[in-house]
Amino acid sequence: MSQRITNQDRLEETIFKVKQGGQAKYHEKSAEQGKLFVRKRLELLIDKDTFQEDGLFANQSAGDLPADGVVTGTGKIDGRPVCIMANDSTVKAGSWGARTVEKIIRIQETAEKLRIPLLYLVDSAGARITDQLDMFPNRRGAGKIFHNQVRLSGTIPQICLLFGPSAAGGAYIPAFCDIVIMVDGNASMYLGSPRMAEKVIGEKVTLEEMGGARMHCSVSGCGDILAQNEEEAIQKAQQYLGYLPTNFNAAVPKKEPIMPSSDKALKDLIPENQNAPFDMYDAINTLVDGESFFEIKKLFAPELITGLARLDGRPVGIIANQPRVKGGVLFVDSADKAAKFIQLCDAFNIPLLFLADVPGFMIGTKVERAGIIRHGAKLIAAMSSATVPKISVIVRKAYGAGLYAMSGPAFEPDCCIALPTAQIAVMGPEAAVNAVYSNKIQAIEDPKERMAFVQQKHQEYKEEIDIYRLASELIIDDIIDPNDLRGELINRFDYYASKEIVHAPKKHSVYPV
Amino acid sequence: MKEIQSSMAGTVFQVLVGAGDNVAAGQTVLVLESMKMEIPVDAQTDGTVGEIKVAVGDFVNEGDILVVLS
Repeated sequence: MSQRITNQDRLEETIFKVKQGGQAKYHEKSAEQGKLFVRKRLELLIDKDTFQEDGLFANQSAGDLPADGVVTGTGKIDGRPVCIMANDSTVKAGSWGARTVEKIIRIQETAEKLRIPLLYLVDSAGARITDQLDMFPNRRGAGKIFHNQVRLSGTIPQICLLFGPSAAGGAYIPAFCDIVIMVDGNASMYLGSPRMAEKVIGEKVTLEEMGGARMHCSVSGCGDILAQNEEEAIQKAQQYLGYLPTNFNAAVPKKEPIMPSSDKALKDLIPENQNAPFDMYDAINTLVDGESFFEIKKLFAPELITGLARLDGRPVGIIANQPRVKGGVLFVDSADKAAKFIQLCDAFNIPLLFLADVPGFMIGTKVERAGIIRHGAKLIAAMSSATVPKISVIVRKAYGAGLYAMSGPAFEPDCCIALPTAQIAVMGPEAAVNAVYSNKIQAIEDPKERMAFVQQKHQEYKEEIDIYRLASELIIDDIIDPNDLRGELINRFDYYASKEIVHAPKKHSVYPV
Repeated sequence: MKEIQSSMAGTVFQVLVGAGDNVAAGQTVLVLESMKMEIPVDAQTDGTVGEIKVAVGDFVNEGDILVVLS
């Protein structure tokens, strides 16, 4: 009898102790930084009483390394099962030992077998140097985590919530996820810490400047969503999952349709003057289900908008030029942003809607040196390879390779729709007339006569690229009233849902990167 | 002192503020013309215009300082 009580006590005590995490002083420090304890994070993230933990006793015999600094297991979000790995930063700053790594690998293997999403709740200082032989170079060492991430990519959704640091090798966990949500002020990604940067290359810099959440979400593009606090980050992850299937073979979740949040008429929002800025967000709000627009990379390359939304309850990925920022011109970063987003949607069978209002790709020394052609090719390759239903809407202008990038007619969109304001051409009238008649214009001495000549050529050019002429030639499939656009998109996407394209028999393309 | 930089390469099309003017965050201070488009350049913060470093017709590159707020 007494032996049984002892056994029972030992079990209860051990579980209690392990679930406390690290020492009280580390809990206090976390709280001061606005960080929640790992088990609190899980409580907020998953449905009540659904968590099935694995490896609770990992490294229990060490005494001071509860769960070896990582909580792993399976739970439900909005009733749908997911796997989770979550660092405990109160245990040796969430650093990785041999069993930490083994637990992470095992939960990846579980997610793979169960074919369910995997969430990485990252808050870790990186490898425990003292344990390196047991966790760094070996077959089931940390490298295996990244290998698994790459292998799993596109089969199950992989989501990173970054609550604290992800340092050195650990920075690749977010890098290989589909989406990275970062908490402003606390999350960071960097290969070498500021202390290391000062020692090795002599640079003096703060962590926030070099690898902070805001920097990564607006400059490097490593972060997708900047959250104000942990609660918001968790909500964002839950919302995001609501657009995605459980795996690439599962159905995309549909919700109840909601009328658009904007009651403005799209017709009134689009300026007649092709060169005047307008705000594409206003147009999106007239098209998609109310409150359904979930923007990805809002702060990065804002001249192009990417985000998930619902049309009549059905998820859709939107790629839209933003004339309000940099004229909606495509740059190196915007091309890169769109390429990743298109790949994400295509991998998980989310149809694509392109809203084009684009003067083309940026030109000039600066962008050529930055490889705009290479990055533009990346966008065009991703768009071209996507086999999900694709609809291209020419809202205003689509000039030059901008037309191609926004899934123009040659790239086999299921249809290319023009609004009456649409203008499709190699370049705009001003640039075209200059290019063709530059010498002739210069030769006309009388300014009035010169002006009249230019205006006449503008007019001729406009007639040549008239949208009704393009429709007559079957270049575009339809011209529609902007106020009917939402209805037409819903109808068309509904019909296109059964689309299937068989891939060419080859291993894979040699993608531009 | 805060600087308003050019978001992209282009030509200065309009200057909408003068030295001494108060500007609010989000206010358009200058319009560039680039790729045949009008590109509004907004103040990121509140401030008073100290110096305008460019004139209409000037070519500016991405990152060039256009206006200095004090």
